[in-house]
Amino acid sequence: MNCQQAGPLIDFYADGELDAAGILELEKHFHDCPACASAWRNAQSLKKALKQDALFFAAPKELRQAIKAELHSQLRTTSRWDFWNWNWLSTTTTGVAAACLALLLTVTLTRPSAQGRLAQEIVSSHVRSLMANHELDVVSTDQHTVKPWFNGRLDFSPPVKDLATHEFPLVGGRLDYLGGRSVAALVFQRHKHVINLFIWPTKDADSEPTARAPINGYNLIHWSHGGMTFWAVSDLNEKELMEFARDFGAN
Amino acid sequence: MEERERLKAFEQTVLPHLDAAYNLARWLAGNDHDAQDVAQEACLRAFKFFGSFRGENARAWLLTIVRNTFYNWLQKNRPAEMVGELDDEALAVEDVSANAETVNLRQADAETVRRAIGELPAEFREMIVLREMEGFSYKEIAGLSDVPIGTVMSRLARARKLLQKSLAGEFRSGGAR
Repeated sequence: MNCQQAGPLIDFYADGELDAAGILELEKHFHDCPACASAWRNAQSLKKALKQDALFFAAPKELRQAIKAELHSQLRTTSRWDFWNWNWLSTTTTGVAAACLALLLTVTLTRPSAQGRLAQEIVSSHVRSLMANHELDVVSTDQHTVKPWFNGRLDFSPPVKDLATHEFPLVGGRLDYLGGRSVAALVFQRHKHVINLFIWPTKDADSEPTARAPINGYNLIHWSHGGMTFWAVSDLNEKELMEFARDFGAN
Repeated sequence: MEERERLKAFEQTVLPHLDAAYNLARWLAGNDHDAQDVAQEACLRAFKFFGSFRGENARAWLLTIVRNTFYNWLQKNRPAEMVGELDDEALAVEDVSANAETVNLRQADAETVRRAIGELPAEFREMIVLREMEGFSYKEIAGLSDVPIGTVMSRLARARKLLQKSLAGEFRSGGAR
């Protein structure tokens, strides 16, 4: 590989879009070429500079409120209209019965599998935690504060780790309810992205972190270890979420 | 009732990405007031078209609408800034990365970096926002901004060279910080 070939690959490498063979060749080239090695360091420091939290503009509260208010007022206008229509239509009760039957059929036919239902529940729980802005019962970046907090609140003791050194700082924890049982939820952050990690006991054998099909744009990774089952969910991209899962699983 | 369900679903799947929507609008429009207008209009449009959302990536879907809303808004409110077809070749920049001395950009304070991003042409700026702040892949950015993947790569590369150049310049002229 020469410098001309290496040039464009440096960005791809920094963006995680280079395959393993390319990475090997490029690394070898860096070893032989100080100029490209320095370009690589520059690419990395530029990336770091661009990922500062301070560069991200969060939506102002008044914008959020204005949008919600506008949507709800549109709804009120339409629902009055619906009601008026409904009186007309309801005279034909057979139509209503047919609609109910159709709805029932749709619901039955589209009912997801148990795993799919759980995944859906996990995503809903994640979204709820974001929307209420109350994602935490215990706010602490210290694993030695968060872990004891769960004692007495759960019938198991979830593993708690701070991954700040891996750039996934622990923000806190809370109790949640999934699949008919109380579970531990640990909250981590990467930049502005919140990661919820749900943990509860399982009889399943250990399994490697596996990405599940994203739901509504949220990525999900599931694994089991030492009698516990883990579900990580976030709007963070799948690659970084997988990094998180591996970092958490590693001792 | 059906409308109420639709709004509930919209609030649960799309609105959680409002921060991302506002952030993109803010970077494109350049100020809070216009960004709020664009983000709000985009969300209302998104609700109108929510029926066509197929449950793929809600964040990417919303940002596509934000982008389109912004460019429509730009045409109406600041037509002078519309570049039309961006001539990627005309914006070629000399290669500074290969021979520039290593500058510790990590130390660059947010204000300096913010100004440097703000000076980029909008088409380059949005690439930086989508890639570095939102973490989208090249393929996702291509789909979202409706350009070929090769254009995404070349715009990103140019945007980065411009940033390195202006930030390195900052450091030289500003001295040690």
